[in-house]
Amino acid sequence: MTAIVETEQQRDRATTIFEKSKPGRRAFVAPALDVPAHALPERFRRSEPPRLPEIAEPEIVRHYNRLSKRNFDLDSGFYPLGSCTMKHNPKLHERVAALPGNARLHPLQAPARAQGALQLMWELQWALGEIAGLPHVSLQPSAGSHGELAGVLLTRAYHEDRGEKRTKILTPDTAHGTNPATVTMGGYEVVKVGTTARGGVDLDDLRAKADGDVACLMLTNPSTLGLFEEDIVEIAAIVHGVGATLYYDGANLNAVMGRTRPGDMGFDIVHFNLHKTFTQPHGGGGPGAGPIAVSERIEPYIARPQVVKRDDGSFDLDYDRPKSIGRLRGFQGNYGVFVRSYAYILSLGSDGLREASETAVLNANYLLARLKALGATELLPPAFDRLCMHEFVLSGAPMKRELGLRTLDLAKRLLDHSFHPPTVYFPLIVDEALLVEPTETETKETLDAFAAAVAEILREGAQDPEIARNAPYQTPVRRLDEAGAAKRPVIRQPL
Amino acid sequence: MLAAIGVDSIDDLFAEIPEPVRLDRALELPAGKPEQEVYAYLRDLAARNVSAEDELSFLGAGMYDHYVPALIDSILSRSEFLTPYTPYQPEISQGGLQVMFEYQTAISELTGLPVSNASVYEGPSAVAAAGWLAHTHTRRDRFLVSAALHPHSRETLATTSAGWGTTIDELPLSDGVTDREALRAAIGDDVAAVFLGQPNFLGAIEDLEALAPIARSTGALLVVQADPLTLGVLRPPGDFGADVVVGEGQTLGNRLDFGGPSFGFFAAQQAYLRRMPGRIAGETTDVDGRRGFVLTLQTREQHIRREKATHNICTAQALNALAGMIYLSWLGREGIVELGELLVARTHYARETLTALDGVRALHEQPVVREFALTLDAPVAKVIERCVAEGVNPGYPLGEDGLLVAITEQRSKADVDRLARVLGAAVAAERGADRVEVAR
Repeated sequence: MTAIVETEQQRDRATTIFEKSKPGRRAFVAPALDVPAHALPERFRRSEPPRLPEIAEPEIVRHYNRLSKRNFDLDSGFYPLGSCTMKHNPKLHERVAALPGNARLHPLQAPARAQGALQLMWELQWALGEIAGLPHVSLQPSAGSHGELAGVLLTRAYHEDRGEKRTKILTPDTAHGTNPATVTMGGYEVVKVGTTARGGVDLDDLRAKADGDVACLMLTNPSTLGLFEEDIVEIAAIVHGVGATLYYDGANLNAVMGRTRPGDMGFDIVHFNLHKTFTQPHGGGGPGAGPIAVSERIEPYIARPQVVKRDDGSFDLDYDRPKSIGRLRGFQGNYGVFVRSYAYILSLGSDGLREASETAVLNANYLLARLKALGATELLPPAFDRLCMHEFVLSGAPMKRELGLRTLDLAKRLLDHSFHPPTVYFPLIVDEALLVEPTETETKETLDAFAAAVAEILREGAQDPEIARNAPYQTPVRRLDEAGAAKRPVIRQPL
Repeated sequence: MLAAIGVDSIDDLFAEIPEPVRLDRALELPAGKPEQEVYAYLRDLAARNVSAEDELSFLGAGMYDHYVPALIDSILSRSEFLTPYTPYQPEISQGGLQVMFEYQTAISELTGLPVSNASVYEGPSAVAAAGWLAHTHTRRDRFLVSAALHPHSRETLATTSAGWGTTIDELPLSDGVTDREALRAAIGDDVAAVFLGQPNFLGAIEDLEALAPIARSTGALLVVQADPLTLGVLRPPGDFGADVVVGEGQTLGNRLDFGGPSFGFFAAQQAYLRRMPGRIAGETTDVDGRRGFVLTLQTREQHIRREKATHNICTAQALNALAGMIYLSWLGREGIVELGELLVARTHYARETLTALDGVRALHEQPVVREFALTLDAPVAKVIERCVAEGVNPGYPLGEDGLLVAITEQRSKADVDRLARVLGAAVAAERGADRVEVAR
């Protein structure tokens, strides 16, 4: 193997902003004290100023600019992170979200004086309801996992209102980790449902486990395997047959907009990830928003306040919802996210949203076909050899067996090719899984280049697997000691 | 591309969707619009809102019109911060991970607690997350909640805990702060957590020195919802032994945005490290010994631990927390104290000035930092209506005759004096109207 030459960025070692602090330096200039000073009683007062950085504006800007260059981002390259829908974030959205009428609007402004914001939210509710095929939408949840919690709480309220105590919630073994975690936080027991060899929910297992104690089935469709649940009509019948609700994890909604709707499939509650399907930038881990759409029977319980249109055409916040589960958070939700997502819906419109889903599915199937054509799938076979929806799962098991390379090694070597790797080791039921989601905003050329890079890494690995095992080489830092970090956690700068 | 896949049409790609659930019509949404038309439409909607740009506003009650310095907009608009996902590949996410590490350091320092995560959704849901931690840690089923904890936090805790088998008892107030004797009477070995606000919803500073030992006397956790911006001048709750300190981060460099997105912070004592919700960044080294950062203690989290996770949160508020960290760097060690002292001075000046008006009294006499509560001898809704007509939004109504007034550094003495004139006239007019009603 060739000698490793340290890059300029690697030579530039990490220094925190606290380490750059020098006594007396500052950026902030306080407004003049124009009233008499007032001292708080001693027992309430902080004795020493908090040890925040002392640093001037130019150095703050350089510090964070330098840090920004140590991030890979969607505007710089292909980001096929499965289940995350890393589609382009249109730039118009930042401009409209920043308009003072939005950005400086206080959340407790009287509804009569926030009519534009409430109208926007009402129209977004309407649009999301149409996309989901369910009549009522609550925008309040802050992210997908928060929408899931809302769904479980709604399920509880629905059953309790009918005088029923149910204790279990079903989730497929392919589910996102948030599903079972949410079930526990909602006070239910998780019961796992198996998957068939074809990649669908195992109906026999479902029938065996669906009983009067089951409150809900949480399902992702297309599933986290990137496959449409062909038996969805039967699944809905089984779940409804025992009086349970059917919950739709909307993480994969990007596959089906305008083609099919969760409400038409029989789902009672749906969450949307506005930061996936509806282009809210991910921000390196948020903000997002996780609105939910619900059927008529669930509507009485949705969170308050709810944005409503009054008979006189004005918009209002409705708190008078006696059966509501209550609030899930402060104020009305992540409004700034609503502005961006509504801008996206207005831009694409009815046909555009359907086309987005169609192209997402086309791109995923094309990328899979391209990997097959290059022979890459001999070592990385698709876990289920069917047409996929907007994403697909490969298994690195043959690669591990034949070349001694793990999925992790392939992912790390992709970094040297300037690609963000796919999601790795999820779904859990596929050995050495790679979950690949290209999205609709990528060109054929990008997909071809990614497939070629994967094929090249496999070729290289056949000759010298050590190269990938020690990758990456060009990134700001190389492989990091995650086990050591967890063993002896250092989670803040000693001051 | 279709040929490469081996199908004839786009429809073939969707063949696995069963016939009965296919949508056989177009979505009933308007046709797409060009960028300039979308802009114009949303600009017109935004123009129908009365923002803090358009009136002299004293609204607070959980979110505050502090100045957001321009460097935050500039740094946040960098695509390298704006567009990546959660840092699952640390080698190409060192920027975001280091920001989390710096942020955790700053939150620890402000709250006086050794452990902070990298952000949660926002304030009230952070309070609920603290309740979940306390419930699972103590295996106890009763929460004591101060009546002056933000009402959104109280309601969010109640909503979120519906399936936990827990109950919530309210602690009454005495002159605007949590009643110490009531806490002493209510505490017991069945209590999982005691929740206090600092400053509380009425703007008053709680006497944590007196309350904390009582709250913690039976093994319950003390959870404080604090406003981080006030912690430059207020003693950190961690100093009084608070177990968990959470809160709304909007006051640290985040826009109002009609209520979000902002961020929630979550800090705790060392004993709760492995019960923390959400992402935590940790320091480590790479194979060549270079300093680096990773997401750590992930066995707490939903993607690893699933139904045994400490919380279900996945996407949090990383970009908003970055804004918070930039803001704290911009304020700096001295600035956060200077700003806090300015707020204290102007807020006390405002309270003195307004309570000198006829028909306006202080709802409590406690020391305050940025907000205070008044009682009016007139219906508050009508008083607000009159003030707003004069271009002044005097604050947030409390019940029939209360008013919560927030002062930020963007409200000068002259602004407060103008509020006094407008509010005084409005109260006088409404009292006059009252007398006319009575005479009739």
